[in-house]
Order: sequence, then structure tokens, then C-alpha cells
Amino acid sequence: MNEALLNAQATVLAGQAIGAGLAMIAGIGPGIGEGYAVGKAIETIGRQPEIKSTATSTMFIGCAVAETTGIYGLFVAIILLFANPFLKFLTGTT
Amino acid sequence: MGFEVNVEGPRRMFCLLNENGDIVFSLSESVVTGWLVILIVLAACLILTKDLKKIPDTKRQCAAEYIVKTVNNMVSVNMDKSSLAYAPYIAAVFSYIIVGTLISMIGFRSITADISVTGALAFMTFVLVTCTKLKHMGVGGYFKQFINPLNIIGEVANPVAMALRLFGNVSGGMIITMILYAGLGAASGALYDLIGISPIENVGYVFNIFQVGIPAVLSVYFDLFSGAIQSYVFIMLTMAYIQMGKE
Repeated sequence: MNEALLNAQATVLAGQAIGAGLAMIAGIGPGIGEGYAVGKAIETIGRQPEIKSTATSTMFIGCAVAETTGIYGLFVAIILLFANPFLKFLTGTT
Repeated sequence: MGFEVNVEGPRRMFCLLNENGDIVFSLSESVVTGWLVILIVLAACLILTKDLKKIPDTKRQCAAEYIVKTVNNMVSVNMDKSSLAYAPYIAAVFSYIIVGTLISMIGFRSITADISVTGALAFMTFVLVTCTKLKHMGVGGYFKQFINPLNIIGEVANPVAMALRLFGNVSGGMIITMILYAGLGAASGALYDLIGISPIENVGYVFNIFQVGIPAVLSVYFDLFSGAIQSYVFIMLTMAYIQMGKE
């Protein structure tokens, strides 16, 4: 393989690595949101201790739904790291 | 031996070729593991419903009645009391998803780590919600809400988000466990090099010491807890969308 193709492959792979790292910035959102939700849940339990099990299970459901956008970021990062979707645009690569 | 992670999708278990060599029909690993899930759920149902008496005196019948009571309670709390006909569907989908996710404990690949399976389940929910809406609003009323084209995106985004949420959680957990295994294998390889044990040619070490107990502890969160919560969220959202479609 000539040098131009190697350089192009290296550029594409570097771009994928940088893109995967940038995609994981989406992990900030669920961290802040779910922490806030847990804080509110603990405040409610402190005010009304008999409602603890309902509040806890509702909090878990809400956290699982709020996690979705973080999972979207993880999904994009995993596709970029392991499936190499852009290498097929260079000739002579699998 | 180094740190190498090989993440791949579900393998192709069976295919039929026509005379040109093109694939006419193929079965993937998720389908075959899905058959095993069906067999497990069927066996559990048959065992639980054998020899039922009017007044329960075996632990098996008490467990079966507890399961039915829980599902009926969940359906009547989240949807109204006239919707108890949905309870068998909800219980079937819940048991399929949870057994399909927890089957990775036995060694198979989770069926919900395949976007086709979660997409099919979300599509079933989409069809159910659309038919409920068509029945309650009529065909004209259903299409009248699409005058604002943003409603189309909202309509399509719900099942897509459900499919991607379940798929992302389960397959993300699977990939993290694979990376963890590879990392622990490399760490124990380094320890063996320090001590002086050498690997077998082209195969590797016989027994990686760090891979023994640590992945089990983390797999309680990634596989058990995350899989159970995500399947519960899936059916809660199904019930919520059906209930919203009735108004």
C-alpha cells in the first residue's frame, strides 16, 4: 500500500478516535440530572418517611428514562471505536 | 498476551443459498437463543400451573398466584381497571425481555443486545398504541393530529427511543464486561511474567488469576440490575403510551 493511502487511513482512524471521545461528553447530562432527581427524592423522603418505597421506585424509573441521552452518546462512541464505519470510503480497505 | 478486545455482533447460525450463491434465508444467533428463552419461559409456565387447586396448598401455586397478582396490580395501577386484558401481553413481554437479558449469565449472548430484537419489540408496542389510537379517535381524528408535522417526529421517536434505550444499556454492559475481562487477563499476564510462569505457545495462559471473582461483582450491576430495571422501564412505558392513546 502506498504512503498516501496509509496517511489517509491514519487520518480516518484518528478522526474516529477523537469523535468517540467527543461523543462521550454526552455523559455529563444524565449525571447532573439524575443527581438532582435523587436529591429531590431524598428531600421528599425526609418530609414524608412513610412514602419511601414508592418514591424510591419512581426515582429509579425516572433515572432509567433520563439515562437515554447518555446511552445515545455511548452508542455513537462504541460504533466509532469498534465498527469503523468510515474506513470503507477509502479504496482498498475492508 | 496483550490487551485485545473483539466485539462482534450476533453470528449467523444457519443460511440457505440459492444457485448463484446469494443468501436467501439466514438465522442469526439471537433467533436461536430466542428459541431457548421461549423454551425456558414455557417450562416455567408449565411447572407453575400443574395441579391447581381452588385453595392453594403448595408453594408452587402460591408463587404462581403471586406473579399473577403482581402483574394485574401493575396493569390496573398504570392503566385503568378496564384494561386488565392487556395483562397477559405485558407479562409475556416482560418475561421475554428479562429472561432474554439474564441468559447472559449462562453463557449465551443476550438477545436484547441485538438492535433487531429490541426494534421488533418496540415495533410491537408501536402497532399496539397506533391501533388503540385508531379505535378511540377514528381514522380521521388520528391523521388530523399530523397537520403539524412535528407531531410525526414525536410519534416515531417514542418507539425508536424505547428500542435504543434497551439495546444501548444491555449491549453497553456487555462491551464493558468484555473490556473488563480483557484488561484483567492482561493484568494477570503481567503478573505471571513477573513471577516467571510462561504462556503456552499461541494459546495463552491456562488460568488468568484476576478473572476469577472481580467480573462477577461488577456484573451484578451491569447485567442483573441494569437488565431488570430496563425491562421494567420498557413495560412501564408501554403501559403509559397505551394509556395516553386512550385519551
